[in-house]
Amino acid sequence: MDATAKLKDLAVSDTGFVFDPYSGSTFSANEAGMKILEGLKQGLSRAEIVFALEEHFEVRGDDLARDLDEFVLLLRRNQLVPADFSLS
Amino acid sequence: MTRPVYERPILIRHQSGMMNKFSRVQAMRPLTHIDGVSVDELVATYGSPLFAFSEKTLVSKFRELRDAFTQRYPRVRIAWSYKTNYLDGICRVFHREGAYAEVVSEFELDKALHLGVPAEQVHFNGPYKPESALEKALPGGTTIHIDHFDELALAEEVAARHGIRPEVAIRLNLSAEAVPAWSRFGFNLESGQALDAVKRLVGGDRLELKGLHCHIGTFILDEGPYREAAAKISRFANELRERFDITLSFVDLGGGFASPNTLKGQYLPGDQVAPSFSRYAEGIVEGLSELDYSPQEMPTLVLETGRALVDEAGYLIASVHANKRLADGRRAVVLDAGVNSLFTSFWYNHEIVPAQEFRGVPEPTVIYGPLCMNIDVVRDTMLFPQLKVGERVVFRNVGAYNVTQWMQFITYRPSVVLIGPDGRHGLLRRPEQLQSIISHEEMPEWL
Ligand SMILES: Cc1ncc(COP(=O)(O)O)c(C=O)c1O
Repeated sequence: MDATAKLKDLAVSDTGFVFDPYSGSTFSANEAGMKILEGLKQGLSRAEIVFALEEHFEVRGDDLARDLDEFVLLLRRNQLVPADFSLS
Repeated sequence: MTRPVYERPILIRHQSGMMNKFSRVQAMRPLTHIDGVSVDELVATYGSPLFAFSEKTLVSKFRELRDAFTQRYPRVRIAWSYKTNYLDGICRVFHREGAYAEVVSEFELDKALHLGVPAEQVHFNGPYKPESALEKALPGGTTIHIDHFDELALAEEVAARHGIRPEVAIRLNLSAEAVPAWSRFGFNLESGQALDAVKRLVGGDRLELKGLHCHIGTFILDEGPYREAAAKISRFANELRERFDITLSFVDLGGGFASPNTLKGQYLPGDQVAPSFSRYAEGIVEGLSELDYSPQEMPTLVLETGRALVDEAGYLIASVHANKRLADGRRAVVLDAGVNSLFTSFWYNHEIVPAQEFRGVPEPTVIYGPLCMNIDVVRDTMLFPQLKVGERVVFRNVGAYNVTQWMQFITYRPSVVLIGPDGRHGLLRRPEQLQSIISHEEMPEWL
């Protein structure tokens, strides 16, 4: 299954409640996590997601690209994206 | 419209069994001030990391302990257990409240005397009291708690040399409920060894037996063992009176009351399981009711409470140096203070809170110190909110044993500060510098 297909089926509520219909697992995401999930579902690139975060949040010297990579690591570990998934 | 402030993205898998811990984290409040003094001000003045002590808490814990016992028993003495924290300023706060000193080495005896504690207000424990220590202690009127037969003989020698008849105690070990005897210290009660020691002491006719001492263990989470220990000591005291006509002036139940810390492997948080001083007092006083002494003769009850008096007054303030993500998904924080400073992190899952307001969902986090050593874990995984580099955390209940057992290893030992009741603050101990360490080194002349 391709990465975005699985991500598209992921249910994300407004409050950050995340449900994976394939495993039945549930998660909590914060606002930045939700924003990233939204970008991934739309198939955005790494740079585009970083840009979206910068647009949406007031950012004070945070390393958004690094945070994004860490978040993708978390997704992989929780099998919300395939093990070989990486951002373009 | 203002944009929300960015927080690093997180995703936490819901797990059954985590709810308990989650609910505690939701109650986590930042600790921005200690006794009205801001953590920021302390760090700006003394640097990070630093230990800070609350004089208010020291005094209030002392009075709480004293009152819990004096309400139930007429004569109570608290002997401050130096090994728990022997910084002069901390000891002085307790001595001003009327504490005697309890020491376990010649060094601690020197420290108490140097601080101005009268020699006869010192109780001297421990298995190693060399002749030089007895030479100091006995002529001065310090009460030694005799640990073994060799010490008894040595004490007699010193007494004979000085032509004195010192008042002494013997240390007992005994089993009390589930707590096994610390049999390496003192004379065993149940086997009859303690009685032999008294016979030997009476026969030697050089020392005056005035007290019995027993320290059943440490971090005892129940008053039951104290009740039993006090009862056993009381029955032994009755026997000594009958057989040798000895009337004791004190009975010493040692230390061991639990502080609000959570031992590793203990499921419930320590602040919910540590008995109150009143409960310990009820147990001990109930046990002492077996004494066949008239009200006027009742011996002084001596307590050597350590950690339960000082733990809550101590805080360690540290700063976030880095955040990382471990291979297993946990977040990791690197602090500027490690196990070398916070020795008790080997025993406890310390309570840590942010020192500033925080937002967002807590996630599993492990907290490391700055040492390049695998053992440098100051707090095992717990749910903790995200902090930024440079933000601060506060460890609570770290007043006991840290500023005595800390190690000078790789880094310097930090400042220790006292916060006074009126918001003043000052150093109890200067931070170490290169010179503090190398001033004790020598270079052999052929190098
Ligand atoms: C003889 C003696 N008294 C008092 C104490 C203080 O114990 P705590 O800090 O558990 O109260 C100790 C500690 O081990 C001790 O050995």
